Amino acid sequence: MTTSSDTTVFLFIAIVKVAVILFVLLTAIAYLTWLERKVIGHIQSRWGPYRVGPHGLLQPLADGLKFMFKEDIVPTEADRVVYWLAPFIAFVTAFLSISVIPFGESFTVAGHKIALEITDLNVGLLFIFAVTSLGVYSVALAGWSSNSKYPLFGGLRSSAQMISYEIALSLGVIGVLMLTGTFSLRAMVEYQRGFWHVGGVALLPHWNVFAQPVGFLVYFMAAIAETNRVPFDLPEGETELVAGFHTEYSSFKFATFFMSEYANMITVSCIATLLFFGGWLGPVFGPSWLHVILPVVWFCLKVFCFLFFYIWVRGTLPRFRYDQLMAFGWKFLLPVALLNILVTSFAVAWINA
Amino acid sequence: MPVLFYIAAAVSIIAALNVVLQRTPVYSALSLIVVLASVAVMYLLLEAPFIAMIQVIVYAGAIMVLFVLVIMLLNAGREAPGERNRLARWLGGPLVVAFLAEIVYVVWRQFPPRTTHPAAPADAAPVAIGHLLFRSYVLPFEVTSILILVAILGAVVLAKKQL
Repeated sequence: MTTSSDTTVFLFIAIVKVAVILFVLLTAIAYLTWLERKVIGHIQSRWGPYRVGPHGLLQPLADGLKFMFKEDIVPTEADRVVYWLAPFIAFVTAFLSISVIPFGESFTVAGHKIALEITDLNVGLLFIFAVTSLGVYSVALAGWSSNSKYPLFGGLRSSAQMISYEIALSLGVIGVLMLTGTFSLRAMVEYQRGFWHVGGVALLPHWNVFAQPVGFLVYFMAAIAETNRVPFDLPEGETELVAGFHTEYSSFKFATFFMSEYANMITVSCIATLLFFGGWLGPVFGPSWLHVILPVVWFCLKVFCFLFFYIWVRGTLPRFRYDQLMAFGWKFLLPVALLNILVTSFAVAWINA
Repeated sequence: MPVLFYIAAAVSIIAALNVVLQRTPVYSALSLIVVLASVAVMYLLLEAPFIAMIQVIVYAGAIMVLFVLVIMLLNAGREAPGERNRLARWLGGPLVVAFLAEIVYVVWRQFPPRTTHPAAPADAAPVAIGHLLFRSYVLPFEVTSILILVAILGAVVLAKKQL
């Protein structure tokens, strides 16, 4: 039976968790922009931001302030309601999906079990796909409601790209679903505990990436396209479309789109970590408080590696042409993902038999 | 949780009315998305999270994106009342009243409801649905997919006169 004090404690814990996660996420987004500019700078033999604070560390703050004080311009012929709605949809869908992502072992404080996530849905992965599939609207509607040529082209391109790569994205993880037999992200991580044994020697961690390398590659390539990043950033192709769907957005509405893009990058990296790289699993030792901290550290490190990879790719690869992008998605990624599902299902059936 | 149900029901009814009453097609499409999403909330309240998520992914996410894209491509503006609307104006009212009366009658006849509890959560679990689809109903399932494939091929043939 739940008493009213139990409910109060539950509410208190939930609100604290939401506040902490939101704060960490927003800070991570701010410093991801700094990291991106620094890393790209060094790749191109520049210093990147250096003026505001030591090593430009206060640059995100300055950017945020600048966005807030810029004039907010709405095109005269824009569809006001939808124009306002689009950044909201982008923001909500980007931040909602983080709520089901677990990032550490649960622990007990004063008799209350605290799970390190906002909520553990048993359809967690599907929830993320559902929310992501709604994210397409922000792009499409932003492009349409601006009532301007380039945003419309950008919006159309972007929606077509997101719809096409969403298929590869979902099919890429089906192999993992078949192996683990669950939609719950926490259960998927638990499945990866332990080691792969080769000839009686614990050789590799029992991560899904070693069982599903093809699935991982398909997932991650589709994820880069899904977040509209280089080399799939045609919707924002500066040379042809000014800035794509958010050309007509200024001030804080633009910042909202910008933050959602980075939030999506973080979400996608979190899912890659959880599904393929064992989530928070890693060597744990020392006193009991380290048993709580270390998994979170491993999780953050793995996510950081993915984010760094994102930026690295941006500093390295040129942009695809639009027909190449569509051909790559439909004629390469999709068949490979389907083949992977076929092979995996035969393997699973063979092992179970 | 009756409060959540009433919120979801109110949102879905208001949005559904908005679908019909709006003259701008994009607004109608957006309202339809809200309807589908609030129906998903009701599935969640009936302890069928899998169905709820599929509802959002397939209907609100995939199908409605096509609607919105087509409306955007056609750049459909406000609809002006046309010639046919005169008939609709005379017939529409009585038909709506008749339809509402029918619904009220059916609901009233079922009252008090015979089954008071929602379907057992086990029936709505992904595994159970998978068993149903790929064991008990595998033939209808496959036939449906062939039907959809035929429809897609037909659409391509009709749209592209020369292949």
